[in-house]
Amino acid sequence: MTQTTYLQAITTTLAEAMRADPSVLVLGEDVAEGGPWGATAGLVDEFGPERVRNTPISEAAICGVAIGLAQSGLRPVVEIMFVDFLTLALDQLVNQAAKAHFMSGGQLRVPLVLRTQGGAGQRGGAQHSQSLEAWLTHVPGLKVAMPSTAADAGDLLAAAIADPNPVVLVENKTLYFRREDVREAEPAGLGRARVVRPGRDATVVALSRLVPEALAAADELAADGIEVEVVDPRTLVPLDLETIVGSVARTHRLVVAHEAVRSGGFGAELAAVVQEAALDELDAPVARVGAPFTPVPFSPTLEDAYLPGRAEVVAAVRAVVGG
Amino acid sequence: MWRIRAFEERVGELTRANEVHGLVHLSVGQEAVAAGVCGLLRADDPVYSNHRAHGHALAKGAPMERVMAELMGRADGVCRGLGGSMHLVDADHGFLGATGVVGGNVPLALGSALAGRLLGRDSVAVVFFGDGAVQGGIFVESVNLAALWRLPVILVCENNGFAEFTPRSAHTNVERVSEVVAPYGFERETVDGNDVAAVREACSRFVEAARGGEGPFLLECLTHRLGGHYEGDPERYRQALAAEEWQELDPILRLQRRLGVDGAELEQAAREEVEAAVRFARESAFPTTELAGDLVYAS
Repeated sequence: MTQTTYLQAITTTLAEAMRADPSVLVLGEDVAEGGPWGATAGLVDEFGPERVRNTPISEAAICGVAIGLAQSGLRPVVEIMFVDFLTLALDQLVNQAAKAHFMSGGQLRVPLVLRTQGGAGQRGGAQHSQSLEAWLTHVPGLKVAMPSTAADAGDLLAAAIADPNPVVLVENKTLYFRREDVREAEPAGLGRARVVRPGRDATVVALSRLVPEALAAADELAADGIEVEVVDPRTLVPLDLETIVGSVARTHRLVVAHEAVRSGGFGAELAAVVQEAALDELDAPVARVGAPFTPVPFSPTLEDAYLPGRAEVVAAVRAVVGG
Repeated sequence: MWRIRAFEERVGELTRANEVHGLVHLSVGQEAVAAGVCGLLRADDPVYSNHRAHGHALAKGAPMERVMAELMGRADGVCRGLGGSMHLVDADHGFLGATGVVGGNVPLALGSALAGRLLGRDSVAVVFFGDGAVQGGIFVESVNLAALWRLPVILVCENNGFAEFTPRSAHTNVERVSEVVAPYGFERETVDGNDVAAVREACSRFVEAARGGEGPFLLECLTHRLGGHYEGDPERYRQALAAEEWQELDPILRLQRRLGVDGAELEQAAREEVEAAVRFARESAFPTTELAGDLVYAS
């Protein structure tokens, strides 16, 4: 079977979208050189510097220019190199992009895609390692997706480019280079979760890097006869609550798992909406896996201890199944 | 200019009567900038504005009765009652929007200018902002990028000498906004913003050049906000102009003196148009509660 990586899927999808639609263009810091990971590598050769635009290190202006482009008929795909730097563009994203359609009474559309990446594990320290997706999910008007596989990275990017709304794709730097088989599956659309692994004893709803961690946890627990169902929402806004509640209705136990700080994380929202929708289905309190309430530490030993992963998911599942 | 003046004065009354809602910033005294600039533009020229937006919207062609209805929060408002005074949009006339965040939409105008170029149009993007926006980081980022990419955009600064409640001299050592952008090497000019002919003359050169693909340009219009920062502002931070001082400054009276006309007919027609707009707005229904939920996302 052919193999690909998360990063190759992004590059390929961008090229396909730009070939299919001349209104698609890419802009960001060093995008013509491919960016630090190579997500946009080679695009400038095919599409030229007008459509693959290098920008100064001006995150707010990059985002604002993209909003103007989007409002005027183009489909910009912006790269913000680290999600940590999205703070610099939040006025543009939150006050301008997210509200333009609404505040104009539906006159304006902002078909803007903002690609960025987050996550720790590469000793980047506290300003290059964060998981800030929960902030974005709190803003009506934005859509937010977090692909965990190469296939989803490509599919969700394609769906985001086609969408008439501002969509933020939060990629994960530690997933970029994993090799995966190209699977022949129905393309992921925005707002559709995936049951990654079926199981009867507990549901783990995991985001981004925690999806492979949850799968590893499921393997470990299966050896003890505990069958875990792993669900990847893939899109946080809009959320496919139906698939998640459907899984909980089968397993009656729920663990939510993400790398972001547990307090105020998206897992809290997941726990809340599941209990609102299906409290009667739950046989145990919802357990949350997330990082402790500290900035991401730099020292390798501290960062490794900080990062939630397989072991934390295993412990949480054991707790909810009463093992 | 009389249309804007009459509209703004009536909006002030309606705000005090609680018929117009929210935070309302009037542009009485600054009409020459809106009229002088927008009078040169086509409907397909994208224009962005700030929190003091009524005059810009009207000058760009937004229907007065629908702007008034918007300020009253009605379903027939230009934004169907979801925007309000600081967030006016009238896409049909290329008024792509006001923002309540000072300086926040300057880069959007750059994006619209770039879109025009990439789509092969000869449209010109314009953004209005006050001198208070110039001290924000997004202004510097935008000026740099506009100059770097030579975008066909005209940055129009309405320098009324006050950033909200504080004189410009208390916020910066640079008196003229045109000096702030000097190192970027593009054409800029400071004009008497209460002289509509001066505004129009300077801006017409910029518009013509921008239609030919040149840019950016900065037009600094020195003007005077006759009223407070917002409607109801007690204005403890500055002295009111004496009536005779205002007579000298008033952009409408100045134009009338220059042309040797008394303007009474224009004023009368403007006030009648405003009253018709008020009637239209009062008769318009409030939006249905479903509307807000329906317009969070485009489909």
